[in-house]
Amino acid sequence: MKRAFEYFIEKLILLSGIASIIFVILIFIFLLREGLSLFAATNPLEFLFGRNWYPISDPPQFGILPLILGSLLVTLGAIIIAVPLGIAAAVYVAEIAPLWLRDILKSGIELLAAIPSIVLGFIGIATLAPMLKAVFHLPSGLTALAGSIMLAFMAMPTIVSIIEDSIVSVPKSYKEGSLALGATHWQTIYKVILPAASSGILAAIMLGIGRVVGETMAVLMITGNAAVLPTSFLQPVRTLTATIAAEMGEAVAGSSHYYALFAIGIVLFVISFVINLLADMFLHRKVK
Amino acid sequence: MKKNKIEVKDLDLFYGDFHALKDVKVGIEEKVITSIIGPSGCGKSTLLRVLNRMNDLVEGIKITGSVKIDGQDVYSPNCDLVALRKQVGMVFQRPNPFPLSIYDNVIYGPRVHGEKDRDRLNALAEESLRSVLLFDELKDHLRDSALTLSLEQQQRLCIARLLAVCPEVILLDEPCSALDPYSTLKIEELLQTLKRDYTILIVTHNMQQAARASDFTFYMLLGEMIEYGETKQVFTSPQDPRTEEYITGRFG
Repeated sequence: MKRAFEYFIEKLILLSGIASIIFVILIFIFLLREGLSLFAATNPLEFLFGRNWYPISDPPQFGILPLILGSLLVTLGAIIIAVPLGIAAAVYVAEIAPLWLRDILKSGIELLAAIPSIVLGFIGIATLAPMLKAVFHLPSGLTALAGSIMLAFMAMPTIVSIIEDSIVSVPKSYKEGSLALGATHWQTIYKVILPAASSGILAAIMLGIGRVVGETMAVLMITGNAAVLPTSFLQPVRTLTATIAAEMGEAVAGSSHYYALFAIGIVLFVISFVINLLADMFLHRKVK
Repeated sequence: MKKNKIEVKDLDLFYGDFHALKDVKVGIEEKVITSIIGPSGCGKSTLLRVLNRMNDLVEGIKITGSVKIDGQDVYSPNCDLVALRKQVGMVFQRPNPFPLSIYDNVIYGPRVHGEKDRDRLNALAEESLRSVLLFDELKDHLRDSALTLSLEQQQRLCIARLLAVCPEVILLDEPCSALDPYSTLKIEELLQTLKRDYTILIVTHNMQQAARASDFTFYMLLGEMIEYGETKQVFTSPQDPRTEEYITGRFG
């Protein structure tokens, strides 16, 4: 009786353990089944590198290059803003801030992560977009830059907390060794501590990118959603995620438009998968 | 009688409410090896860390009294901390080379102090590695990571890294506790050759090491200085019964 119970519990735990893997596989199969149907009608190269996204014209054109570039541009901008800020914030929290301030800052950063993305999007529309419009004399403030700035805020908590963890886990003996040689605190930080924490920093950047690429609601609201090939940050763009969110409601189930949106889902899935894989590699890289 | 390099007077140190060093008085001569012995927690390392102000990193610490090196008060407000730490170098209990190449480890100090000239840096690196007898072993591997070295080599490298900033005083905080007996002996031999140019203080748990390797011995108990004198005299005819108890192994 007892043995049967043990057996049952053991299997139950096993099942819970592999459940997430099973879900990922099921989701991927579903995506593939729906998405690959598109390629009965459209050439995959035309899909990936086509310059025109006109899903409801006749005949429809499903070229997602503008969407891929839109996502990349917004992500690039967000990372350029968030990484230096994130490193600086993490260094301050981990190394410089007095103890009482450290706790306040850490909970503040966690709170930033708790703000729903739609609220950030809303704030972006109400404050950031008019500001950009006035500063750069644009016809509309809803641009890639607005998206990048708002997404930088969203990526910051992930980036700061992972970098902070990796700075804290740098052996204290490195810091002491450096200070004892007469290096200043700042020299110690950038010559010893940051290099020693570099794999954590790279992982943080990757996870930040992952967060930004997958983000939907805020970008849908503030990037202007024009599916054209982007040429500058001051131009409206449309991302992969925003396309799915905006068009899923109106695409007829079973139409090639519907399948195209799933194919975009596959592209996103592959991008996030690769980014997470890289982050994992950096995190578990042995320091040689 | 040589002049005193280090002069400590009426030194008291508190960690919060804990009285870690009590009225310590000691004068240490130039270019000798002084060992600081005593049971765990008696304040040996704390005393060592007073001398290069590494205790500054500890929160809630309070220090009174005077600590002079070459007549300069280490705790006076116009003491230049960077200059002090160049003058008074430290080797730690566990070898702590930076996760950089061997070469970058050795020239870390000169670099942070603004030396940019390649030839000068190379010369310093070679000279420092020679002093710790690592150069011939490692000259073809200077670009390898310092973390690939054996523990003894790492500890030597840490000493070389220190010599590269041309200190006058070297503080060693149980430098051999992570090493095997053979490596320990090698490091002790090294200290004997370094004695010619440097004033050396070594904290150790190992009484044989103190007896073998030092000229003067400083015995501490619960933050107080119990006995200080020539090593030979401290070990053969200690003045204080508590010293005798400790060195004969009755406690500690």
